[in-house]
Amino acid sequence: MSNIRLRSILKLSLLSAVLAFTSNVFADPVKAAFVYIGPTGDHGWTYAHDQGAKYLKAQMGDDVVVTTVESVEENSDSERVITSLARKNDIIFTTSFGYMNPTLKVAKRYPDVKFEHATGYMLEDNVSVYSARFYEGRHVIGKIAGRMTKTNVIGYIASFPIPEVIRGINAAYLAAKSVNPDIQIKIIWVYTWYDPGKEADAANALIAQGADIIMQHTDSTAPMTVAEETEGVYAFGQASDMGAWGPTSQLTSIIDNWGPYYLSRVQAVKDGTWASSDTFDGIRQGMVKFAPMSSAMPLEVKQEASKAIIDVMTGAVHPFTGPINKQDGSPWLAEGETPPAYPDLLTMDFYVEGIDSKYPN
Amino acid sequence: MIRLIPRVENSTAMILLSPLLALTLTAISAYLIFVSILVDIEVSSVFYTLFVEPLTDSYYLSELLVKAAPLMIIALGLSIGFRAGVWNIGAEGQYVIGGIAGSAVGLYFYDVEGFWIIPLMALAGILGGMFYAGIAAFLKTRYQVNEILVTLMLTYVAVLFLSAMLQGPLRNPSGFNFPESRLFHDSALLPIIWEGTRLHIGLVVAIILSLIAWFGIKKHIFGMQIKISGSAPRAAKFAGFNDNKTVWYSLLISGGLAGLAGLFEAAGPAGQLTPGLPQFYGFTAIIVAFLARLHPIGVLFSSLLIALSYVGGENVQIDYDLPKSITQIFQGMLLFYFLACDILIKYKVVLFKTI
Repeated sequence: MSNIRLRSILKLSLLSAVLAFTSNVFADPVKAAFVYIGPTGDHGWTYAHDQGAKYLKAQMGDDVVVTTVESVEENSDSERVITSLARKNDIIFTTSFGYMNPTLKVAKRYPDVKFEHATGYMLEDNVSVYSARFYEGRHVIGKIAGRMTKTNVIGYIASFPIPEVIRGINAAYLAAKSVNPDIQIKIIWVYTWYDPGKEADAANALIAQGADIIMQHTDSTAPMTVAEETEGVYAFGQASDMGAWGPTSQLTSIIDNWGPYYLSRVQAVKDGTWASSDTFDGIRQGMVKFAPMSSAMPLEVKQEASKAIIDVMTGAVHPFTGPINKQDGSPWLAEGETPPAYPDLLTMDFYVEGIDSKYPN
Repeated sequence: MIRLIPRVENSTAMILLSPLLALTLTAISAYLIFVSILVDIEVSSVFYTLFVEPLTDSYYLSELLVKAAPLMIIALGLSIGFRAGVWNIGAEGQYVIGGIAGSAVGLYFYDVEGFWIIPLMALAGILGGMFYAGIAAFLKTRYQVNEILVTLMLTYVAVLFLSAMLQGPLRNPSGFNFPESRLFHDSALLPIIWEGTRLHIGLVVAIILSLIAWFGIKKHIFGMQIKISGSAPRAAKFAGFNDNKTVWYSLLISGGLAGLAGLFEAAGPAGQLTPGLPQFYGFTAIIVAFLARLHPIGVLFSSLLIALSYVGGENVQIDYDLPKSITQIFQGMLLFYFLACDILIKYKVVLFKTI
């Protein structure tokens, strides 16, 4: 990821620019850039994307030049960062929802640059969207949580009430409930993606309310640290293996595996085959993976979790399989019914029946 | 022991030179830091990217002005209040409420064409900010509640209110339930004053406002009132100036301007209302105001300087893979040296032994 090299390569690429222009196939390195919402050291969302960028670099070597920008706020500043990158790169990955409109605006002004926006929904000729079916991961950890809890209370640290987060809460709750009918889920909204202080406070508050399993949809390792310091509390890592922060408390971790996707997209730019696309991959495609399961888990629980992973992978089980009612008791899915990605999953804005918490509005 | 003794007379030359001195000291310190940690990077080119490129490249120059405009407007209001000793620390909250109020008007008239929409939105933004700062003024004048605490705490409330609005009434109805408003329609977007960039009319408004403020402070009786209230509260009382009036005016002016800046941000570079609206402009403006020594014209320059550090810092991050904290370190040093230089203008250092 050396940007020093970028300078000299830029000069070289001037010579071959004409070549690239006529053939559409890149003779020189593809210049790929990544815009991150948090610091690469968050060991959560941004860390996982950065691992993907590193994987891309490791696989393509001299055929790619990678630039990354961290901690780019989701406000009007992001449009400037994306513009700066568009002036110097061939493909840009904007890795947070809030970059959607800035990405679209810049994409309009730079029609020759390819853009890839994570977790969004707006496609253009030069803008792709991609996301992962994290709810499949939540399904698996929900099963584990339902078995491992002694207090029957799961504590959930939620970031923002957007469909992706709601899907995760519902999937985890339904899976936990399926193995433990007495399960309760307590949810705290912290309205941030990354704030170790707030996340730790939320974890402590949830533990005080009786939770002995902590799930997080935020990006820092702080909740894991809290769990590690509290006797009898387990937690699940987010986005990357957080085992280092919870050697005894981490049960497993949902790992966001972006590397292969990034490689395929950048390779497509190099081959001249890149086309706008809409990707929503899960366990089957390897975009959602898991950290090793903790030795604290009894063999049956491990086996059950492994079966859940395989069932989702083969498509034998969908995490949302009817009958499921919404929180207010109105029917959502009939017996045996599974929801389409759009609109049900992608716009989800309700809790399922049984969650005893007020939907944030 | 070291003591600071007030100087009898402040050197005018030094007052004018101290910003340059602070800049030089910052540059030297930054150079030393860069040299010591960045072994394989040419420091002079980092400096070029940090300080010069944003001024020479037309795109970055336009962005610099985009970034500076809200800082100017907010800092202008704050500097008036600070002169009077009224400490509005929560301009960020007034900025957010102004942004919400103005955006709500724009969204209410969605798809309605008309030149009057923007002025109406601006008015709503100003009133929103005034109302929000007015709460602090009311509590201060009626119950002697400290305005620092009230304005600061209300900032958190404002941010939560923004998120509630974007989950509810102001959410884009066809936006997949993501907490963002619709994109504003053309009549609800600020006119662009530099074709092909995001530079909007807000900059012109900021400059006009600072001239008005300058004139007002110099010539208007209220300018005298805030000056005396700030520096000599007892004297102000004897002169018959009303304390409560000073508090109300200071907070309403700074709140209204912060609200206007919030609306300008939403209807300008953002083009919609998003949870990303609060971006510390309200707090950064406090630094801007003090760097300008609370002078309305100085605010124009200090906001440009801070904006330069943001834009240049971003470019350094992109071009040299340096962490974002570099920008923050740089801003911190700048403020430190500015204040240090100022102290040394007003005071002299005396070394003497304790007995």
